Parts: sequence; structure tokens; C-alpha cells
Amino acid sequence: MSVVQPNFHQLEATALKVREHIVKMSTGGGCFTGASLSAVDLIVYLYSEFLNINKDNLDDPDRDYLFLSKGHDVPALYGTFAELGLMDPERLKNHLSIDDYIYWHPNTKIPGIEFHSGSLGHLPSVAIGVALDIKIRGGANKVICILGDGELNEGSCWEAMLVANAYKLDNLIFVVDRNHFQANMPTEELIPLEPLHDKFTAFGAAVNRINGHSFDELHQTFQKYPFQQGKLNVVIADTVRGKGLPSIERRADRWFCNFTTEEVSQLLLELHGEHQTQLTSETLVVR
Amino acid sequence: MSYEELLTELALADERFIVMTAENRALIRKLPQLMGGRFIDTGITEQTMIGAAAGLALRGRIPVVHALASFLSMRAFEFVRTDAGIPSLPVKLSAFIPGLLSDANGPTHQAIEDVSIMRGIPNVTVFAPADEDDMVKMLPTVWASPQPAYIRVNTRQTGYVHEPFEIGKAEIISQGTDVTILTYGLLFEQALVATEILKAEGLSVGLINMRSLKPVDEQAILAATATKLVVTLEDHFLTGGLYTIVAEVLLKHQKTANVLPFALKEKWFKPALLPAVLEHEGFTGKQVAETILGYQTKHIQPEVAKPEFAE
Repeated sequence: MSVVQPNFHQLEATALKVREHIVKMSTGGGCFTGASLSAVDLIVYLYSEFLNINKDNLDDPDRDYLFLSKGHDVPALYGTFAELGLMDPERLKNHLSIDDYIYWHPNTKIPGIEFHSGSLGHLPSVAIGVALDIKIRGGANKVICILGDGELNEGSCWEAMLVANAYKLDNLIFVVDRNHFQANMPTEELIPLEPLHDKFTAFGAAVNRINGHSFDELHQTFQKYPFQQGKLNVVIADTVRGKGLPSIERRADRWFCNFTTEEVSQLLLELHGEHQTQLTSETLVVR
Repeated sequence: MSYEELLTELALADERFIVMTAENRALIRKLPQLMGGRFIDTGITEQTMIGAAAGLALRGRIPVVHALASFLSMRAFEFVRTDAGIPSLPVKLSAFIPGLLSDANGPTHQAIEDVSIMRGIPNVTVFAPADEDDMVKMLPTVWASPQPAYIRVNTRQTGYVHEPFEIGKAEIISQGTDVTILTYGLLFEQALVATEILKAEGLSVGLINMRSLKPVDEQAILAATATKLVVTLEDHFLTGGLYTIVAEVLLKHQKTANVLPFALKEKWFKPALLPAVLEHEGFTGKQVAETILGYQTKHIQPEVAKPEFAE
């Protein structure tokens, strides 16, 4: 872990590149654009500054682990891999191709993916298994599991939290991408989650709630790992679905996006602060 | 040797073993003290236990997980399929009180579709020992395999001394020309009774302990079709179990046979203690033999021992 301040400018630049990758993947079949954009900053931060994961240590038992339980935001992860040297950026052009494995959910055919996901509520328990083994062996590896807020509807997330608490897994960090939406609706309109901080605290976790788009807050928070001896770490990262593209930010109908190539060109400019794009492509695409 | 003795011996000798349970300790009472950190009880959380077992297997462990068969195969089904099945991780499922062994628990606890649903998952292998001797002979091989495995735990004592075990091989107990009984698990002991009665009535009887249901011994099934009647005897729904496996094998090899199934036909069984359940559902050796013969006999049905565990 770095003791010096990270280069925030560099992190911002990397995150912007990752957002460009996501927009480019949001056509020709599309992807879960909104949910990917909300997770970009925390994924970029974790791989750049916090996790001991690089292209040369992917099979090292002493590496850190990141499990993307909220699997549909995998474009954010692949974009990060491409920017940080874990994946050839050219490979992203194979998105949805039958000749590669870059589809809508993560899978272990892609180096750096620790476990497949897509069915929500699974990876908290898989991450627990890895964290338990590290505890048994006396290792120092950190284990992160990124969860969606809608995913927290799944009972298995809370079941896993009971077990993580029972086994005092302070080497495990659940990071909630709290973008305030589930597939079709704001979470608080469908299955309210608040007060979320209190819920996690009541389950025995040491909780930090932060702005998930602030590299400064992310850094200050993860510097405090482990948050408390013997307690599961939880970070609630408040984020914005669609972050970076005002034309889709916080829009319930822009979850899965399959833009036209013209829209992609406009949205790439929008990422750089140009005017909002007039979207005409189909909304509420269901996958 | 008992299940617990075998597991203790193997797990203490090989640190890859992790013994897990979703608070079902009936088979592994001594393990917590002996295994230290390699004994993990996740509480009543079958899903989390399976997910965690997959995580442990990712790290090179062989998790042997324990829960009641119904909850392991059904409550945790998607976790078995998705977290152990898709990556083909060596998660070993010890399914306690499967089939009729749940005796007086009632339908919530009746795992009588478990063979069907577990064998439907690619990479997952399925085994059903005839008794504890058979189980202890198969488990070292099953646990050493790199694949996920579902084992219908059976600690019954039949006194039969089984042949060494091989994955995908049935055990030929006897061969005959009139009837061949194909069976697995708990009902093996009733099949032994039925075989004796049928022989005493003058029939030439074959008996096969299927043991390995997936992969299954297709040659043993095909050989049985040479007899006048093939009987499938199982404590499972008629759908998806051995009767279905036999049908699949016959179809694959373009064979036909005269098959009489003993199974639970579109119903859960009436809960009571095991001996009464067997009688009520028509699964005692004497009832099976007389159904095959088509007439009553004077043979005596040996007493059926009650299960030693209740959960």
C-alpha cells in the first residue's frame, strides 16, 4: 500500500479512458452501461492503488483477490484491465464476439477474473471461502467483493454477512456500488435499503460510507484497512448510475444500453464535457 | 471403518481437506476438536457453505460439506450448479438422510429428486452407496477425483462385504437369467432379501449394486437386459432416477427391455419410522419379491433396523 498520496490526476485520466471503453462497448449488442459507469472510479482506484494484483502475479497465492459479484458491470473491469496492462486493449473490440469470451458477465477465460458471476448474491460466499483459506494459512492477502445495491435484495448476501461476522473476516471487504438503482427502478422506490449503514453495522461489520466518485475519499477510506480488528470491512460507495454521461445519469430507463454508432461518437464527446447527446436508441432494453 | 473414521484419517493426513457443515454434525461429532481451523461450521446456511466451499476449492482445498440431502440438493441447488458445477471444482457433497432415510421428518426433508437434479448438472458426479462398507470403499476415490461429487450418505450396516470401488462401475452381486434387480443406496438391503426369496421360489436372479449413478455403468445395464425382466428399485421419484437412467441407456443403444420400476410415483412418502415406511410404500424385500412373482409367499421379512440418527 502506498504511503504517498496517489496521483489523483492520473487516476482521473485512467477513469476517463475506462469510461470511453464502456461507451464503445455500448453498441453492436450493447452492455450494462449505467451500472458499469457507476463502478468505474472505485474499480480504477482499487486496482491502481490498493490491490496487489498485476499481470505478473495472477497465479500467485499471495496476490490480493477482487470478486465482482455485481457481474453486469464487467465492462468497467475489462476497461480497467485494458488501461492497467492486464489485457490488450485491442481485445475489447471482441466484445460479444463468438470468437472470444468478452460477454455481458465475467468469466475466468479472461486473465484477472477470479470467478464467474452474473447470478447475484453468489460471490460474497465465494469470497468468504477464499478469505477463510487465507486466515487458515496466516496469509496477508486482501479480498474484495464488489456488490451492487440492488443485489442486496438477495438473501444470500445477508447470510454471507452472518458467516463473515462469525469468522471475524477482517481480511474481507464488501464494497457496495450504491448507485441507488436496481434494474428498472430506484432502489428506495422498490425495495428500500436505507438505513444501509445501520444494517451493515447491525450485522457486525465495520462500515465506511463515502462518495464512490472521489478518489480522495476512496484513498482515505482504504488507507484505514483493516477498519477494525476482527470485523468484516464494508464500504458503501455512493455513486451515480451512468456517471460521466449526463444524458443517461440517474435515468431508470437507461440500464442496459445499445446505442447507435452515431450516439457513441456523441457520447464520447459528452464524456469530455461536450453538450448532452440527444438519444434516440431504444430504451428499457431487457437482457 | 465408519464414515467419521475414514474422514478423520484422510483429512488429518492431507491438509487439502476442509470439513464443512451447515450445522449438521451427526456424522462428524469428533472432527471439530481434531481439525482445528480446517473444520468450518457455517450455521444453517447451505448456500453460503457451498459458495465458501467453492472459494476454498479455488485455493486448492478439497471441501467435504455436510447438510441434509434435501437442503444440500435443493436449497443450495443454484450454488452447487453455478459455483461448483460451472468451474468443476472438487466440492464434495455429503448428503445426509437422503431418500427414505429421512423417515419420520416429513416431505420437507424428503430428498427423492436429488439424483435427478444433481446428475443434471454438468461436471457433477453422483454416488449412492449400498451401506457404510460400500461408502467407505468408494469415498477415497470419490474425494480424490478433481470433480464435484454428490454422495447419498448411507451409514446402514448390511453385513455385505463389497468389492473395491471404481468410478463408473457397478458391482455385480449375482447373475441370473430370469430377473435382474438394479438398485442403489438404502434399498440394497431389501434387494438382498428379495433376491433370496426369488431364488427360493426357483428363479434365476441377478442383483446389481449400481453405486456410481453418474457416470453410470452402461454395460452393466445392457447386460441386465439379457434377462426376462429388469427391475429398478430405488427410493427416489420415478422421474429422473435409475428408471430414467436405464431408459436413457436403452434408448442410446437402441435396445428394449421389460422393465418393472419400484420408485415413488408422483408422490412424497408417508412419514413414519423407516421400517413402517418401507412396508407402507411397498419397498420391503418380501413385498418387492412378491410383486415380481405375482403371488404371496410364506417367506418371512427380516426385521428392518431403525436409522441410528435423527435430525
